[in-house]
Amino acid sequence: MNRINQKLQENKKLLSIYFTAGFPKLNDTVSIIENLEKSGVDFIEIGLPFSDPLADGPTIQASSTQALDNGMTTEVLFNQLKDIRKTVIIPLIVMGYFNPMMQYGIENFCKKCAEIGIDGLIIPDLPVDVYNNNYKAIFEKYGLVNVFLITPQTSLERIRFIDEISDGFIYMVSSASVTGSQNAFGKTQDDYFKRIADLNLKSPQIIGFGISNAETFKQATKYAKGAIIGSAFVKYLSENGTADINKFVSSILE
Amino acid sequence: MSYFVDKNGYYGEFGGAFIPEMLYPNVKELEDNYLNIMREPSFQKEFQDLLKEYVGRPTPLYFAKRLSEKYNTKIYLKREDLCHTGAHKINNTIGQILVAKKLGKTRVIAETGAGQHGVATATVCALMGIECVVYMGEIDIARQAPNVARMKMLGATVVPALSGSRTLKDATNEAIRDWINNPVNTHYIIGSVVGPHPYPDMVARFQSVISEEIKKQLQEKEHTENPDYVIACVGGGSNAAGAFYHYLDEEKVNLIAVEAAGLGIHSGESAATSILGKEGVIHGSKTLLMQSEDGQITEPYSISAGLDYPGIGPLHAHLYKSKRAKFISITDAEAMKAGLELCELEGIIPAIESAHALAVFKMKKFKESDVVVLNLSGRGDKDLDTYVKYFKL
Repeated sequence: MNRINQKLQENKKLLSIYFTAGFPKLNDTVSIIENLEKSGVDFIEIGLPFSDPLADGPTIQASSTQALDNGMTTEVLFNQLKDIRKTVIIPLIVMGYFNPMMQYGIENFCKKCAEIGIDGLIIPDLPVDVYNNNYKAIFEKYGLVNVFLITPQTSLERIRFIDEISDGFIYMVSSASVTGSQNAFGKTQDDYFKRIADLNLKSPQIIGFGISNAETFKQATKYAKGAIIGSAFVKYLSENGTADINKFVSSILE
Repeated sequence: MSYFVDKNGYYGEFGGAFIPEMLYPNVKELEDNYLNIMREPSFQKEFQDLLKEYVGRPTPLYFAKRLSEKYNTKIYLKREDLCHTGAHKINNTIGQILVAKKLGKTRVIAETGAGQHGVATATVCALMGIECVVYMGEIDIARQAPNVARMKMLGATVVPALSGSRTLKDATNEAIRDWINNPVNTHYIIGSVVGPHPYPDMVARFQSVISEEIKKQLQEKEHTENPDYVIACVGGGSNAAGAFYHYLDEEKVNLIAVEAAGLGIHSGESAATSILGKEGVIHGSKTLLMQSEDGQITEPYSISAGLDYPGIGPLHAHLYKSKRAKFISITDAEAMKAGLELCELEGIIPAIESAHALAVFKMKKFKESDVVVLNLSGRGDKDLDTYVKYFKL
């Protein structure tokens, strides 16, 4: 069984952390991953930086621009990660936009991920139907879980469809927004979290976008299996560097 | 072979809607409704009335006598430069603002590079009393100050795009982010035949009035609907899409798409996307785009702010790949010279975008009997500063 699915079966709320590979420094990737694992994070999203990240807010865009300026490329990232499974056991997911993967070659990209021990991919601008028709077989061949997003605007019919074709978890976007725009969740979001929980979908839901502290983590995981923190962690790295990652993580898990 | 969009939103292998799930409901709503709305008699009446009374259509198809004599062929200029606001851009914004109204939207957003599409959007929003927010790269705001002032006078809010390279592609990213953040009340008026399906098709349909008129006008003047050549410049490609549209299936009509070569195709300072670009995904569309080996989108260059988009619309990628259209690249220097030549021979100051199309006459020899229609997409008022500096006038 894929490491993601094993993790999803654990009887606890899961914390996932996103960071942009190549930020703050080009070669921080491995130490960030190792420190996150040591700090008790359940799985990690490794951001492959892109010049034009449409779904991301200013924090992640700025970190992506910096990472690219630092010299991050798909090849560099794969090289940095080649021995990662010697030290890290938690699930690792690569999150990135479709164009760089397309230029690498989707099959090559998936093959390389499998060799390294990457467990899944999140590609915000690869639509569900295009994946289903063109790439599903390749992902499955290499044992990769592809994670789809839903939002408060996603129709019930489409949620059911996405649930049906998902083989890991559903990435539930907390509100109609790009990454990093929220500080606290209101009643609207709470209602939405409950509404989705009440659907009893086969795929567990992990909530992302707008989770930044212990309070929002608790709110998000009241109904969902877990939550993802991205911008807040990237911001923390830009202010504090990589030295005290455990402080950030323990401030969330309290 | 079909040159029109298929039921899945593709032109051959190009197009589609590569959008984050957050945009799916917005784009789906548009896709489900745009054709029905455009077919409604009440929509058509309002659209046609506005094109006639407000935009000033039909624009003339002008026989350029002295230019024709110089190049020893028959040259007609489709005078889109005479449209209200100075370019073809308003054909699309009039259409889309009416679609936005039918969809019950109360707020409009747009991206702009040089500011022409921003002005055309601010104009129709003022006309309809709809809130308007225009995203524009910080660098473009500095170099296109008159258009920024126009937009403000027309009541629009101009928001600087501060991310990435702070130009058109980043303004487009910011507009898309705004749409993600405001999915219910907002319509995004994209200015060219780019972006996710149905935008390339919708914008091409609104701009197709150009070739619809050319056909009628040419029938009167030459007793045939079909010229031998249609020439138009391509940045994203909206004026070319409009000028080509009703000729796409007329294989005897040669289509020439003119791209900006900047300082030279291989100078590193160019916007010749068909030659320098590779297949990829930009702003929700699979098309040809300028990018690094690693798939990062690169910043194009042209003296003309309307042509420096790193991609081309998926229709044009298909026309290029299928060889239905011939693509020619024109440098800054060639375009500027051709622009000045039109001033001197015909008393028309063209936009520098359109001047790229005019430069084709120096590159390619036409027969004396050829009927050549050139889409003069915009007027040069906005470019006076550039002309003045370039020629030290």
